[in-house]
Amino acid sequence: MPLTPVLTSRWGADQPWRLSTYESLDGYTALRTALSMTPDELVSLVKDSGLRGRGGAGFPTGMKWSFIPQPKPGETATGPAALPKYLVVNADEGEPGTCKDLPLMMTDPHSLVEGVIISAYAIRCRFAVIYVRGEAVHAHRRLVSAVEEAYAAGYLGRDVLGSGYDLELVVHAGAGAYICGEETALLDSLEGYRGQPRLKPPFPAVAGLYGAPTVINNVETLATVPFVVRGGAEWFKRFGPEKSPGPKIYSISGRVVRPGQYEAPMGTTMRELLAMAGGVRPGHELKFWTPGGSSTPYFTAEHLDVPLDFDSVAAAGSMLGTTALMVFDETDSIVEATLRFTEFYAHESCGKCTPCREGTYWLVQVLQRLVDGRGTAADLDLLTDTCDNILGRSFCALGDGATSCITSSLKYFRDDYVALLPPEEQARLGRSLRLEPVGAAS
Amino acid sequence: MSALPGSAEGAATTGLVDSPVEPVTADLPPLTEQTRLEAREIIARYPQPRSALLPMLHLVQSYQGYVSPEGVALCAEELGLTKAEVGAVATFYTMYKRRPTGRHLVSVCTNTLCAVLGGQRIMDALSADLGVHHDETAADGSVTLEHAECLAACDYAPVVTVDYEFYDQQDVEGARALVAALRRGEKPHPTRGAPLTDFRGVSRQLAGFSQHADAAAAGAAVDAPGEWGPTLAGVRLAAERGESAPPMSGPEPEPTDTGEPAETVAPSGQAGQTPEKEAADARVAAADNPAERAGAAQTHPDEGTEYGRTTPPGSRPTPDTPAGTEPGTSGQGPATREA
Repeated sequence: MPLTPVLTSRWGADQPWRLSTYESLDGYTALRTALSMTPDELVSLVKDSGLRGRGGAGFPTGMKWSFIPQPKPGETATGPAALPKYLVVNADEGEPGTCKDLPLMMTDPHSLVEGVIISAYAIRCRFAVIYVRGEAVHAHRRLVSAVEEAYAAGYLGRDVLGSGYDLELVVHAGAGAYICGEETALLDSLEGYRGQPRLKPPFPAVAGLYGAPTVINNVETLATVPFVVRGGAEWFKRFGPEKSPGPKIYSISGRVVRPGQYEAPMGTTMRELLAMAGGVRPGHELKFWTPGGSSTPYFTAEHLDVPLDFDSVAAAGSMLGTTALMVFDETDSIVEATLRFTEFYAHESCGKCTPCREGTYWLVQVLQRLVDGRGTAADLDLLTDTCDNILGRSFCALGDGATSCITSSLKYFRDDYVALLPPEEQARLGRSLRLEPVGAAS
Repeated sequence: MSALPGSAEGAATTGLVDSPVEPVTADLPPLTEQTRLEAREIIARYPQPRSALLPMLHLVQSYQGYVSPEGVALCAEELGLTKAEVGAVATFYTMYKRRPTGRHLVSVCTNTLCAVLGGQRIMDALSADLGVHHDETAADGSVTLEHAECLAACDYAPVVTVDYEFYDQQDVEGARALVAALRRGEKPHPTRGAPLTDFRGVSRQLAGFSQHADAAAAGAAVDAPGEWGPTLAGVRLAAERGESAPPMSGPEPEPTDTGEPAETVAPSGQAGQTPEKEAADARVAAADNPAERAGAAQTHPDEGTEYGRTTPPGSRPTPDTPAGTEPGTSGQGPATREA
């Protein structure tokens, strides 16, 4: 497939983060169109477009919006419908490998702001928050600047563009916790608590921020909305497969010649994307890669032709996640890579659920002794058993994500684990595979 | 100095008379009435006061370089919370420092991708140069060193940040020179980011206030030049190849006998590949899989978090717990566990 810059189309402009540049490149025209429509028409448009959330789970965006309880015409609202509605932007990008939202907010923050205004209008929300990762100070700086410019130009605040619609938008900095990318943990954090996930139901659409109906969308999702409004649902569906349409920012990193952001239709393959990135560095070959960040099971060279859209990647045994394509070659040890990821999950586990809190700790211990050459033949099964006791047994997906790299590396590269065992332990397994251990630093 | 969090009663119960928090040093600037006014300004931004707590803790750090006991007390008073409640929040988040930081905070990403590309070697070298370990401050107070988890700049790996501004594609020698310059009081310009101020300055920004004296300086920080190669890699390649997205307006695509909507995608230039075929291939590959059958229409909007709640096919089911009753799942969710 070809490159199709849409979200990235302004990135190469002179100071694209400035309102004047944004407006000169059709910025805020979608907002004017949106304000001429009814909120329900906007929800229908986004539903019809087939836009699915870009934060990892791929839930249909228009459907998510439609779950917000709204007062019925002519009736006095009761229950959740009577409460204020909130829109919260998940800009807490921190999944290892994922690096699409920060460049978007740094180069083209107004596209997010415009998407927020349109989406807030669609769900009848008057207070929206962008929860941006605390470490992302430059993205935070440019977002704050863009929001100030938008207020000054009448796109935010009271009576947006004379429409009678009011919207306040706050840019809120987090403080360094990966778990706050989980939507209910993000809500707790935004309410001023430790960022720990909530048990669902109730779902945020009914009881979210301050117990009121809340939509939480990813940065890239909301930045896509103005393009859907301008181009229409049919235009949007020209990109990629019918069930996950649209342009997508693929982030390629690691052992490639030209790492970076490549925007192409959903369903583009890794083979095509690798070619765009100049291929694996000369003299080396692809060993393993992630389709969507560290929480998605590894893929190998045999998966180069899997279309990278939500459904195809799931069918091939992984998840599209955040289209964070981390590329590793034959010099990289998959066991050491897996250890590093597992250390990350152990550090970032919020501690609320025992299987995740304790399980990630013990997984690190087992992986470390394997890497150190002190493992036993029983450790491979122990890893699998421990993963089984984490998967599906915690409130949120962090625990599940922690098992992905271990389970998939054992599936595709079990021999790499065996090769790290002492000879007598290998003998217990009835095999000898004394491969040369590869150093992560080589 | 009181413990963080804690009280005389608590100390009596636990037998611990000391806290891990070091005493406030004499030269620490006190929190003033101005700090309280700013805290109230933060509170006024939100529908409910407690939402201001995280920005308020950034504000405390902007004055004192860490979350001091005095700062915890201020937040507690302004929000009507106990110091224990504020301390519980402050200790949860990595960016809230429990000991005074140096003038600058140097963070080295040692997560997997940066580590294999040299991040771990950078961390080791800086640690040796400064004589400190993770989360410790050099004796001269110039720099606090930490290893960081993924900083969302993997396309620029390995990355180092100073006061959270990006210094991209570092190597050991470059990073050592950077830290040496910081210790001499210099402020090398980031690869991407604003001209360096210091840890306290950037904490002020995160609290939602300008750290600059005037609008011109603030504007210069926003507009600071940088090197954006990887960010623009795809945009530049598209221009080179003459590829673009299908146009939004203008003549509708020629109706064709297949009536498929993907015809207007520009050709990839690959021999023998027509756009129609490419699009059709993608659809064929996408069809007929369990995830589709699960049916998005049956799912709840919140099934699936930003991490992707759904379990990939091939994961083992958990037969001892009925679907929909185990923690973290919902009967409303998609049936992908059976996939």
